[in-house]
Amino acid sequence: MSKRLIVNPAWCKGCGICAEFCPKKVLMIVKEKVTVANPDDCIKCGMCEMRCPDYAIYLEEAHDEE
Amino acid sequence: MASELITKYMREEHLPHIWCPGCGHGILMRDVAQAIKNLGIDQEKVCLVSGIGCASRAAGYMDFQTMHTTHGRAIAFATGVKMARPDLEVIVIAGDGDVAAIGGNHLIHAARRNIGITVIVFNNDIYGMTGGQYSPTTPTGEFGTTAPYGNIDRPFDIAVLAAAAGASYVAKGTAYHAPQTIKLIENGIKHKGFSLIDCAGICATYYGRKNKKGSAVDMMKFQRDNTITVEQAKTLPREQREGKFILGKLVENDFPEFSDEYQRIIDSLKEKKQ
Ligand SMILES: Cc1ncc(C[n+]2csc(CCOP(=O)(O)OP(=O)(O)O)c2C)c(N)n1
Ligand code: SF4
Ligand code: SF4
Ligand code: SF4
Ligand SMILES: [Mg+2]
Repeated sequence: MSKRLIVNPAWCKGCGICAEFCPKKVLMIVKEKVTVANPDDCIKCGMCEMRCPDYAIYLEEAHDEE
Repeated sequence: MASELITKYMREEHLPHIWCPGCGHGILMRDVAQAIKNLGIDQEKVCLVSGIGCASRAAGYMDFQTMHTTHGRAIAFATGVKMARPDLEVIVIAGDGDVAAIGGNHLIHAARRNIGITVIVFNNDIYGMTGGQYSPTTPTGEFGTTAPYGNIDRPFDIAVLAAAAGASYVAKGTAYHAPQTIKLIENGIKHKGFSLIDCAGICATYYGRKNKKGSAVDMMKFQRDNTITVEQAKTLPREQREGKFILGKLVENDFPEFSDEYQRIIDSLKEKKQ
């Protein structure tokens, strides 16, 4: 089962923690919100989810429809 | 729109929380939820008690039986809950000011009694909610609104204090080291007697600004680069331990638990009567 990275901009406060500590530099802060800049590099390690103080980024089980 | 963990264990309608961008309390509150999930404890059997302070607002956000009480007194309320309902998993979330200044007396006596509650300290070394006054954990020489020329007090190490007072499980975590801290909280909740997990937080808004520690990201980096394990702390010379965050379990004992001992008295008196 694969996982999908989800962002909830409404809860993101742009603190930059997820982007700074992402081991693959997948994330960027643009206009005080997180953006998934390099989605293909994401290894789904979940560290962004674990350290986001606002629960605005997380991994979800992808129910493959493709 | 939130992860399964957040949807299940938080009151989503109250999110996003009011904590500042990058506040360590948000990370630590998630750690608590994850630890409870990992243990598979029935949500209805958890009673979360807090006092007053930024940290204490967790009781409003987390979806358990919750009590948001008065500043410093969370452990006293939790003691009452545990004695009335020993079957509940009673958890206290407290700030460093809350638990070690105004609430210091409750802390040491609950530890001495070894009552079966778990205290999780969101320890940002400052009074966040009231605007940056120094707390009992603010290091000597650091600044606060009430220490404009530097703090002349020596700080408490809350974990060491609790252990000395008789707590039977004591550990230290950090906001940066989330996976390890989740595990330490899990073990603290599982433990039968009085448990305390002292978690180094991040308050960039007051502690950081007053002490030129930079942003929340800078403070997280500092935690990452200046943490040693309990084992390392035992062997390193004093100069190399100074100013370091400690990660891991300090104490685990199986002293008799208070509500159990109380029940034993009740049972023995009942037997006599028959
Ligand atoms: C009896 C009483 N005294 C003082 C206060 C004011 N007060 C509110 S929160 C707080 C300290 C908060 O610091 P801490 O417990 O470290 O929590 P933080 O905000 O840093 O998370 C104080 C002194 C109060 N609400 N009640
Ligand atoms: S850690 Fe969370 S709040 Fe901070 S920038 Fe990333 S998604 Fe936004
Ligand atoms: S899951 Fe890991 S690799 Fe992917 S964005 Fe988050 S931290 Fe980066
Ligand atoms: S004042 Fe400090 S402790 Fe309070 S919410 Fe802001 S960052 Fe967090
Ligand atoms: Mg505090």
